[in-house]
Amino acid sequence: MTTIDAAHRLPRPEDLPPHERHVHQPHWRTKEAEFDAAKFGMWLFLATEVLLFSGMFCAYAVFRMLHPDAWTNGSHYLDWKWGGLNTIVLLVSSFTMAMSIHNAQKNQQGWLKFNLCFTILCALAFVFIKFTFEYTPKWSGWFFFLDPALHHHVDSGRTALGGLFHFVEGYGGKRPGSLFAYPFAESPYEPIWWSVYYISTGIHALHVLIGVGLISWLLWRAQRRHFGPGHYTAVEIVGLYWHIVDMIWIFLFPLLYLIH
Amino acid sequence: MTTLDHPHHPAHGGHEGSYLTPKGGFWATVWDWMTTIDHKKIGMMYLVAILTMFFVGGMAALAVRLELLNPTRLDPVTGHVVGSIFSAADATDTKPGNEIYNRMFTLHGAVMVFMFIIPSIPAALGNFLLPLMLGAKDVAFPRLNLCSWYLYVFGSIFAIIAVVGGGIDTGWTFYTPYSTVTDPDHWRLVYMVLGVFILGFSSIFTGLNFVVTVHKLRCPGMGWFDMPLFVWAIYATAIIQVLATPVLGITLLLLIFERLFHIGIFDPALGGDPVLFQHFFWFYSHPAVYIMILPGMAIINETLAVHARKRIFGYRAVAFSSLAIAGISFLVWGHHMFTSEGELSSAIFSALTFLVAIPTAVKMFNWIATLYKGSITFNTPMLYTLFFLFTFAIGGLTGMPLATLSTDLHLHDSYFVVAHFHYVMMGGTVIALLAGLHHWWPKMTGKMYNERAGIMGCFLVFIGFNMTFFIQFIMGSQGMPRRYASYVDDFHWMHMVSTFGSWVLLAGFLTHLVNFMTSLAVGARAPDNPWGGLTLEWDTDSPPIEHNFHHEPILTHGPYDFDDTVPPRTRPGEWPLAAPLPAGATAHH
Repeated sequence: MTTIDAAHRLPRPEDLPPHERHVHQPHWRTKEAEFDAAKFGMWLFLATEVLLFSGMFCAYAVFRMLHPDAWTNGSHYLDWKWGGLNTIVLLVSSFTMAMSIHNAQKNQQGWLKFNLCFTILCALAFVFIKFTFEYTPKWSGWFFFLDPALHHHVDSGRTALGGLFHFVEGYGGKRPGSLFAYPFAESPYEPIWWSVYYISTGIHALHVLIGVGLISWLLWRAQRRHFGPGHYTAVEIVGLYWHIVDMIWIFLFPLLYLIH
Repeated sequence: MTTLDHPHHPAHGGHEGSYLTPKGGFWATVWDWMTTIDHKKIGMMYLVAILTMFFVGGMAALAVRLELLNPTRLDPVTGHVVGSIFSAADATDTKPGNEIYNRMFTLHGAVMVFMFIIPSIPAALGNFLLPLMLGAKDVAFPRLNLCSWYLYVFGSIFAIIAVVGGGIDTGWTFYTPYSTVTDPDHWRLVYMVLGVFILGFSSIFTGLNFVVTVHKLRCPGMGWFDMPLFVWAIYATAIIQVLATPVLGITLLLLIFERLFHIGIFDPALGGDPVLFQHFFWFYSHPAVYIMILPGMAIINETLAVHARKRIFGYRAVAFSSLAIAGISFLVWGHHMFTSEGELSSAIFSALTFLVAIPTAVKMFNWIATLYKGSITFNTPMLYTLFFLFTFAIGGLTGMPLATLSTDLHLHDSYFVVAHFHYVMMGGTVIALLAGLHHWWPKMTGKMYNERAGIMGCFLVFIGFNMTFFIQFIMGSQGMPRRYASYVDDFHWMHMVSTFGSWVLLAGFLTHLVNFMTSLAVGARAPDNPWGGLTLEWDTDSPPIEHNFHHEPILTHGPYDFDDTVPPRTRPGEWPLAAPLPAGATAHH
């Protein structure tokens, strides 16, 4: 009596990983047609994203033309080093996102999860830097204790959250519109600069956070082996989304940080 | 799928039920509809939603017209307020009554534009018909489609909360600084604007879905120029929805921030620019008027060809004119701002505006040429189609003096403008919607409507519409400004005519409502192809089965080849060919 080697037997369908079992929705003729349509739909959505931000870029251009002083003075308060660091963080995350698509195509399940995790960490780092080192001190005058800029200012001695944040007198108040309370503004139109700054970078940061949610969903599905060479639609289209978020920052960074 | 084999086919196929067949008990059916991803059900849900909004907006319009019949004014002898249904609040001050009037016309405008007319034809009829006409089983992204419907409902709820809480008085355009400084109780404006912002997403998702569907889901044998012209125009609409709406999104977001935090972008007191708001707003809202009218034109292509039994004259010219309108629509927003922008830009925008007339006229002339030597049936859809050609021509031609700078300065913000856009939006889109509703009612519900009642309703709407709005051209050219609650006595007789007209219009709409409801209850069973149409939606049951077609259709004839094709699913001899069948022509696919 001979036994058949288990490795030579065809696997039963229910033993296959989910990505090999994927069946397209019934209104598509093929899996490829479904994939192409999803990508096309995402490209159209990216066009709407570009147009959404184009409103902000347009407002930026109009007010820079009307009040150039407010723009040079306002931009002066932004630190290109933080902006530059965040640019690098996003570029790296775009690379790992692109790699995760590659991993799905090559069925490298471990690397896929690693690259998705890395992308999420980069996105969180971006938001952390933006909020802790940029928004918070400018808005309120509270500096993170590790912020190198703290040494250039007079620490008032007031701390919060167990010494995590230190207060600097007369630094905060750089807020949009009528919330503006910075005592040393040189141009009366600086509040508009801060409006444009906070809203454009704020909407961008919101997109980054939405990206964190989407990539976490990919990670959850990758854990269940939903993605592989036969089916990686979601990784591909979230990847496209992530690249546009990156691209928008590539335009925001020089326009806001590098104009003095 | 030769239907000639099954001439009487109610049970054709037999194994698969209509999409309207209830799934289990009442709650199971409700749950089935609320979670459906079937484009036909979503289309019907949109139809119910938009007709509800049409009712709300219509009631507001009737209230506005009723006020103008007997406007708020002070009696010179007694010093007390007389007239107006809104003036009871204060006996000696006209202001409270006038403020209610302002809220009422804002309600009318905002509801009609954002909640009725923009989603009306694409989201309701478009959703139902687009996949059927393409021979597809569904739209490209069925779940996104359901999501659009929920976003529509969700956005409308925000807007309704604002209305129930007292309404807003800025007009539907939300111009700054009205929208940023007036009315200290600002939460209503924020709710209304947030509602419109959410509605915008609904519109974007519908448009995106349709563009991908047209590109990717045409049935075998259907090239771009085999598509029905309905699909071409809906496709052009969808492109505008995708490319224009995001700009409205960012504008409304900035407006909400301006109202809540006074960010100063639109507020001149803080160095902002209120005209920038107008630029942003009209960059969306001018293309949006083509989101409103192109689907109307889409319907006219079908109803005209089918009920005149003629091949559309100049198919490609009509198809490309839809795309041309979509393209030019992005370049003309400045014509809403002739009095607030610079002279040079006004001149440029004026010139660009005239360009829109060219593709529009191409369509008009082609439609009229199509009628020539057609065998026209004067049923309700065809009468509405002719009605459209008549009123839309007036609406289009009265746009010319508004696009001309010198005449516009006189007519700007007068009733002439009001009459012009009602002739286009109502005389165009709403009339086309009614043509389409009657044309596809048998397909959508499986029931015939009463033709006599339909024709009577059509005549009432025709008389009521022209009575209400034609006189407004005259009023406007004599100086009656729009959005005013009161006027000098010379205009009184004209306002009377207009208000009486609005009642006739109401009677016409109610006739249709009763007709449709009666048809649902006791209407005769509709044949699969009552009008002898050649597009694919007529090649399935009435109402269609859940998966649209019994077999995947393969296109073998053009949408308007009436001369040499026997219409699908008609009884033998019902649609005799106009000429003997030429050798090699399709008897039927």
